[in-house]
Amino acid sequence: MDNQFQAFDSRCKFGGKYFPSPIFTASGCAGSGKELSQFFDLDELGAVVTKSISVKPRSGRATPRMAETPSGMLNSIGLQGPGIDQFLAEDIPWLIANNARVIVSISGETIEEYSSLARKLRGVAGISGIEVNISCPNVENRGMVFACDPVASRSVVESVRRNVGGELPIIVKLSPDVTDIVSIAGEVISAGADGLALINTLLGMAIDIDAMRPKLAGKTGGLSGPAIRPVAVRAIYQVHAAFKNTPILGMGGVTSGRDALELIMAGASAISVGTANFGDPTAVTRIKKELIELLKERKFSSVAAAVGVAHEK
Amino acid sequence: MSSINRHAEQRSAEIISNKKIGAYHHMVFAAGDMAAHCRPGNFVAISVGGTGSSMILRRAFAIYRASDRGQYGGTIELVVAPHGQGSRWLTGLEIHDVVNIVGPLGTSFGIPTEPASALLVGGGYGSAPLFGLAEVLKERGCRVDMVLGASSAGKIYAPLEGKRSVNSLTITTEDGGAGVKGRVTQVIPGLIEKHGSEIIYSCGPMAMLAAIEEISSKEGLLHQCAVEEAMACGIGICMTCVLPVKDSSGVIKMTRSCIDGPVMDGSKVIWDSSRKIPEGTWGFNG
Repeated sequence: MDNQFQAFDSRCKFGGKYFPSPIFTASGCAGSGKELSQFFDLDELGAVVTKSISVKPRSGRATPRMAETPSGMLNSIGLQGPGIDQFLAEDIPWLIANNARVIVSISGETIEEYSSLARKLRGVAGISGIEVNISCPNVENRGMVFACDPVASRSVVESVRRNVGGELPIIVKLSPDVTDIVSIAGEVISAGADGLALINTLLGMAIDIDAMRPKLAGKTGGLSGPAIRPVAVRAIYQVHAAFKNTPILGMGGVTSGRDALELIMAGASAISVGTANFGDPTAVTRIKKELIELLKERKFSSVAAAVGVAHEK
Repeated sequence: MSSINRHAEQRSAEIISNKKIGAYHHMVFAAGDMAAHCRPGNFVAISVGGTGSSMILRRAFAIYRASDRGQYGGTIELVVAPHGQGSRWLTGLEIHDVVNIVGPLGTSFGIPTEPASALLVGGGYGSAPLFGLAEVLKERGCRVDMVLGASSAGKIYAPLEGKRSVNSLTITTEDGGAGVKGRVTQVIPGLIEKHGSEIIYSCGPMAMLAAIEEISSKEGLLHQCAVEEAMACGIGICMTCVLPVKDSSGVIKMTRSCIDGPVMDGSKVIWDSSRKIPEGTWGFNG
């Protein structure tokens, strides 16, 4: 039977929450949402994943903050943002008023800061989930990257779970810059994560050979874009193999529907688009359309049916 | 502060002219309705390298001129310096080739409500947005004097049609190959005195803009400058093109040059802040 008249199911699920589209923005790659809403309707997205918000305002790092690299870019923003209070007063109400589903990404320097952020989000009406960013590489002290330490990762997620209650889905964003991502994933899942966001940027560096100094003022930066996609596919594949029941929000250089499908076949339940938004403001709507066409061509009746299929062959 | 580009759109644009002029290329794109919304100071962001290119980021170009009707419908003109891999690719395109363009982006130059005496200062291809600005100022009855500076004569961009919209044009070159030998800042104080300039509009390298601001503040003039910072997105989402700028209540904030700029009030910018965050910047604790 030709299934063209059967409705295609493009939903995905994190915790107890369904999202109508499998394409999300990646944290720090959608501004406040307003800027992209000039180019498409935010309701098209599974959700806007906000920039990672801190307890207090952060200026971020000095410039230059960006260097283009082959099929990628290095960034060293340093989590510039207004702090949670102003963010909740201004950014969140605008997103909700404009029909965006919202996953709030949070970043702390200490476990107490994560707890405090989680407490502030607990009562916020209209948000659909929390992304716990424990893997931003752009911090002064690499020791602060919780995602490089299984015990620290567990403590952060336990504190967020405790403070946010049981309702809001918690998605934990991990770093690929670790020896064994599967063991870190195991720790955060047992600490209460409903899903995982894989992968954050890889720590990189570029040097200006004329000025003879690092191109970025912050010296090192996070590498993103198509250059890192194979690393994302590998990390997603490994984690999905070990934890089939934990949904993964996959990201890392997705620029087309083909790329999105590759991550889904590795084990991602949904896809975040980051760096591609910079080069193409309508990337998310194009990727969504291409992805659904590719899935239909392959006789899948839902996104969910394709998740992790590369493990079966 | 602004937060969205109200008239920005993404579209394909056919190249209808591409001419090498001195060190630059003058390129004309058929851009349809986009042209009608372009104001002097706005820029566009163009994809480079073609499908599957390893250059994943757009390149930003100040709009030289825009015309909303003509033989090809709306057109946008750019002056492109083939400096890097992306701009070399763009200038290497031929007539009828099509590019993907996003625009118009960013803030535009503020136009005085009453006729005023304006001094326009451009460095290198930074002169590009100033000719369109000169036309608008002339239409409003302003006096327009222009200074263009560059390292050598070949890097001065001053086309004939642009010269028609200014009352005077002064050229400076660092090697003395054309005009006055030296930098624009050497001639600016004299021109301000001679023409009674009330407002300075500038576009060019950051060091030049900083030096102009020093003169402008000393003379008590208004100074609107189009800043130049490396951008990844051009539409306000990546937070890479920031610089420290005082907001309306005097608080220094890291401010996006793509969406809260490129045109800024020179007196609000904290100059000489590359590779460091100024003390007192909002949210700075290091």
